[in-house]
Amino acid sequence: MLKIGVLALQGAVREHVAAIEASGAEAVTVKRVDELADIDGLVMPGGESTAMRRLIDKYHFLEPLKKFAQNKPVFGTCAGLILMAKRIQGQDTAHLELIDMTVERNAFGRQVDSFEAELMIHGVGEDYTGVFIRAPFIVEVGPEVEILSKHNDRIVAAKQGHFLCAAFHPELTDDYRLHQYFVKMVQTAKEVVA
Amino acid sequence: MLKTGTERVKRGMAEMQKGGVIMDVVNAEQARIAEAAGAVAVMALERVPSDIRAAGGVARMADPTITEEVLNAVSIPVMAKARIGHIVEARVLEAMGVDYIDESEVLTPADEVFHLLKSDYTVPFVCGARDLGEASRRIAEGASMLRTKGEPGTGNIVEAVRHMRMIQGQIRKVVAMSEDELMTEAKNLGAPFEVLLQIKKAGKLPVVNFAAGGIATPADAALMMELGADGVFVGSGIFKSENPEKFARAIVEATTHYQDYKLIAELSKGLGTAMKGIDISTLAHGERMQERGW
Repeated sequence: MLKIGVLALQGAVREHVAAIEASGAEAVTVKRVDELADIDGLVMPGGESTAMRRLIDKYHFLEPLKKFAQNKPVFGTCAGLILMAKRIQGQDTAHLELIDMTVERNAFGRQVDSFEAELMIHGVGEDYTGVFIRAPFIVEVGPEVEILSKHNDRIVAAKQGHFLCAAFHPELTDDYRLHQYFVKMVQTAKEVVA
Repeated sequence: MLKTGTERVKRGMAEMQKGGVIMDVVNAEQARIAEAAGAVAVMALERVPSDIRAAGGVARMADPTITEEVLNAVSIPVMAKARIGHIVEARVLEAMGVDYIDESEVLTPADEVFHLLKSDYTVPFVCGARDLGEASRRIAEGASMLRTKGEPGTGNIVEAVRHMRMIQGQIRKVVAMSEDELMTEAKNLGAPFEVLLQIKKAGKLPVVNFAAGGIATPADAALMMELGADGVFVGSGIFKSENPEKFARAIVEATTHYQDYKLIAELSKGLGTAMKGIDISTLAHGERMQERGW
């Protein structure tokens, strides 16, 4: 069975674990660097990206995560998406720099502007409820990046090779299609390596 | 179609805070220290609870200048406190764009009978609770997040522990009950039946439950996580300590790695004196903030 980790430094970890398990893979939480060793893919959950980054630095996660991402799939939601971006608007530095895109944090406004909207996600399906909470969005993407979904002309989900990201929270609904999509990506990556 | 202020969006915001620390701050400088230390949110207020306790008199919503200053200083969510039942303070905070309102017993209640109808607002609310009855009543009014009341501004963890153990024990009892026993339990707890039924079916509260009220050391924060808290609020503990920056970082790390005792030992070294603290038995009933609200 595929084993997918959820980075458990802070944020909505439990929900991702449930969604991964409902999508037919085994889920484990990752709090320490050595726990990256025996997983086939990694989910970086929603939470506060500044808080997560501080804990990533404190526990020397940055380089191991980058190395892990070289050949294993990573799926970031909301704060996880911010961690994956090469460029963050208004900031000189980014985090893991996995996906060739520029993101803007808290781009839809404050919490009172947080919303739910129906989305069409390429390769996943229609009528997908996106839960956006103080969400970022993707301002621009490089040529290698496939845009999976837009909301009001703003890019809210994308894929580059074995990296997947969403500005919304698929873990907060019981629609597991996006997690199933990621599990398939992990399956494919594992077959390629084998 | 775009829907704001839904239950999922309001509760979801609290879900994103899990495993994190929310810190009380009284100005932009403290807010920036908290953010850099890894706080998942800050609570903007005019005085931390221990100073409110010392000052006496009526404690109200903070001067909007302070809240605004904090809102502009950090990119993490900003919470602010409104008095229990004070509809206008809550509406003002919502209009200012704060990310979460704490209908808080730390401030002097504006209404001793009615809490806010929180489902009416677009902004989410967090409320304090001492037991499952109180927690369920707040959920039914629309609270999107709960916290233990503890005894704020005392630096004494005993009340937060009491409230967390009480709520967790009562949840276990409800989960183990047969459905035909539930109405009597609802009557005994003063809890809405529907909320108890939801808890019974899900095996847990429908909203996130943080610990608050008396957390003064990294070990205190880890203790509350061990007892089942989803995260912690630290009020007076940080900026009343000798080295707030170091202290704040230590609390954040102890909350994430609450079962890594060697790490907590390291984190606890050389933090300087924690806040002095107050023995609860020396507080007269009128001085106990946890008895405000019902």
